[in-house]
Amino acid sequence: MNPWPFVTAAYVLTGVASAGLALWSYLAMRACETKGREKK
Amino acid sequence: MPSLHALANPARFLKIARPLTPLLFWAGVAFLGYGIWGGLTQTPADYLQGETVRILYIHVPTAWLGMSGWSGIAVSSLVFLIWRHPLAMIAARAIALPGAVFAALCLATGSIWGRPTWGTWWQWDGRLTSMLLLLFVYLGFMALVRADDDRGGDGRIPAIYGIAGSILLPIIRYSVVWWNTLHQGQSIGLTKSSIDASILWPLWFTLSGFTLFFAGVVLMRMRTILARTKAEARMRRMANVVEVMA
Repeated sequence: MNPWPFVTAAYVLTGVASAGLALWSYLAMRACETKGREKK
Repeated sequence: MPSLHALANPARFLKIARPLTPLLFWAGVAFLGYGIWGGLTQTPADYLQGETVRILYIHVPTAWLGMSGWSGIAVSSLVFLIWRHPLAMIAARAIALPGAVFAALCLATGSIWGRPTWGTWWQWDGRLTSMLLLLFVYLGFMALVRADDDRGGDGRIPAIYGIAGSILLPIIRYSVVWWNTLHQGQSIGLTKSSIDASILWPLWFTLSGFTLFFAGVVLMRMRTILARTKAEARMRRMANVVEVMA
């Protein structure tokens, strides 16, 4: 069995999920903090 | 504990968290980049598992963060219940989603690793089943936090759940000892490891990288919750003023 498709799938899945989590968290933080500053 | 009380001040926390967030995040990305490069290109294949051993460099950190994420929730919940620090519950809430994501990634990467190694994607053995339970416990915590918010609760019920859920951690840790499982026993310890150093070294970089990355994401989420709570408090104050004027 060729191992590389399994290795690639594991790395791509982890990379996409981690990047998605970080991007979502960053955008939510920026939106909330910007809104908070504007309302002051 | 005056120092803990001082740190629990939201204004002081934000003063520290603002510069610390990008620092932790980008340090994590740098460590991860080096560890993954080393793990994919600089280490030899395992004599038994061949190239699939390279999944180790992401599977072990995701398992570590899935479990230590819940430890963080349990400790924060305990601090919240004892000292009533609002920041402690904010920390527990902020950890929940990244912890659940890493628990899910641990299960997914383990399953992908299991297919070429064990010949199966899934086995209902002690380690895999207890880790799946941890993922469900995370999902339950997130649902409970939302329900508690909706009914205007003070966070005590999610905090009790956060402490109760920690019973799973020793079960996951010792599942490979207590039951005859398909999952291998513990091969990496703090002082010794049964894995050769030539294969093991990138793991320390990916472990540190993922941990710093996780901490950066948790700080982002704590800042989001704090900003949202502040905005809601301001809205409530404005509504009260309008009511008084009317």
